[in-house]
Amino acid sequence: MASVGVGYDLGASTYSPAGRVFQVEYAGKAVDNSGTVIGIRCQDGVVLGVEKLIRNKMLVTNSYRRIFTTSMSSGLAIGGLLPDGRQLVNRARDEASSYKTNFGIAIPGKVLSQRIAMYVHAYTEYWHLRPFGVSSLLGVYDDSDLGAQLYMIEPSGECLRYFGIAVGKGSQQARVQLEKLNFDTITAKEGAIKIAEIIYQLHDEVKDKPFELELSWICDASNKKHQFVPKELLDEAIAAGKKAAEDDDSEDEDDDDDANMNDNQ
Amino acid sequence: MAAQLKPNMFKGKVSLGTSIISTTFDGGVVMAADTRTSAGVYIVDRHTDKVKKLTDNIYVCESGSAADTEAIADYVSYYLEHQAMEIDEAPRVATAAKLVSGFIYPNKDYLMASMLVAGYDKYEKGSIYALSLGGTMVKQKWAISGSGSTYIYGYCDSVWKENMNKDEAVQFCLNALTRATFRDGYSGGFIRVCVITKDGVYRKSHKVDIEYDNLKGDL
Repeated sequence: MASVGVGYDLGASTYSPAGRVFQVEYAGKAVDNSGTVIGIRCQDGVVLGVEKLIRNKMLVTNSYRRIFTTSMSSGLAIGGLLPDGRQLVNRARDEASSYKTNFGIAIPGKVLSQRIAMYVHAYTEYWHLRPFGVSSLLGVYDDSDLGAQLYMIEPSGECLRYFGIAVGKGSQQARVQLEKLNFDTITAKEGAIKIAEIIYQLHDEVKDKPFELELSWICDASNKKHQFVPKELLDEAIAAGKKAAEDDDSEDEDDDDDANMNDNQ
Repeated sequence: MAAQLKPNMFKGKVSLGTSIISTTFDGGVVMAADTRTSAGVYIVDRHTDKVKKLTDNIYVCESGSAADTEAIADYVSYYLEHQAMEIDEAPRVATAAKLVSGFIYPNKDYLMASMLVAGYDKYEKGSIYALSLGGTMVKQKWAISGSGSTYIYGYCDSVWKENMNKDEAVQFCLNALTRATFRDGYSGGFIRVCVITKDGVYRKSHKVDIEYDNLKGDL
């Protein structure tokens, strides 16, 4: 990034002369450095996928989660600092359960996304707090007219609804790929496979550590419940992803399997 | 000395000795109530409106202490209005009922309110929730409450049927409340009827036809 906010970046309560809040932008950098997170809003549901970079070979597979269930029909995928993300997940869970307790209905997607966004935004207003270094992708499938919804909440507290969105290391290229999809017809199953393909294609085996793919969905097939995709679909997606990565490579590259550790899922 | 002079009839709190009823029908709900508010043996109001609006599509029949039910209805309609803005559509009857029980249950030792929350929303169509004194919330196809309701359980159980049309449903409510008012001293006045469908709300008042001969026979 070209400009450095000398003197104006010491706290989130300070604007720069150009009207920027540097601490919030720096929080965005934390997101840019993390593994890619992709979400697609399909005709029959929402699919979320994460490229989980494995920092340590001794890590027990599947113990490291970046997608969390926040209510029966909603899930949150975390891009950026995971501990910050877990705070958001807890907050989202509290909001969803208290809404159900008070109003008797499942929290609608637009309400939950706004509650998370307001919480994130609150941390951008005070000098003694730092903003969340998290961009979260919220997938919701409620019974409102909107049906399946995909929201992204950025470190600034901005919250918008998307057909498809990606954050993290490979987000630039991922977004280009997402723009090519036909969102009028894509199904959740196709979306899951597409996410895997994009993540495998974008993963840089040389520069990046090995990774694990995490895929979840809320769709008609899952009875509108947020859950990790069934094993058969996950295997199918991984296979499609690997194939897409091979096809993509113009040069010969190792096909060996220590680039990804999904075998014991 | 002065305390002994206070007539008994002024000792009671203002209470909605009441007969209220609500039933679903094919297309919405009908709610009806008598119009008597009493304090002991003194009739405070003989043309009370016990069918209160919470939102355009949800109404509530009140029985018990008038002050308690009115306070609850005010709070609930306030919360519903805000929720409607947040979710950008008409609130659901289930939500209104949950909010009412959210008031009654935690304060059950202090309140005496029994309410029927009914209305039309696009998810459940016409629905009725009966909220009793302890805060129990039960979804029912038809419900009665109030002091006068005890006299008409038998009548309603035998006469009610599913999927009535609007006129049958209104007549069912009128017949039931007529019989309740007939026997319950704390119910009387006339009958206010409110019909709620997807097309809106329709309210009308009906005189009570109390000739004994007219109470015989079927619906």
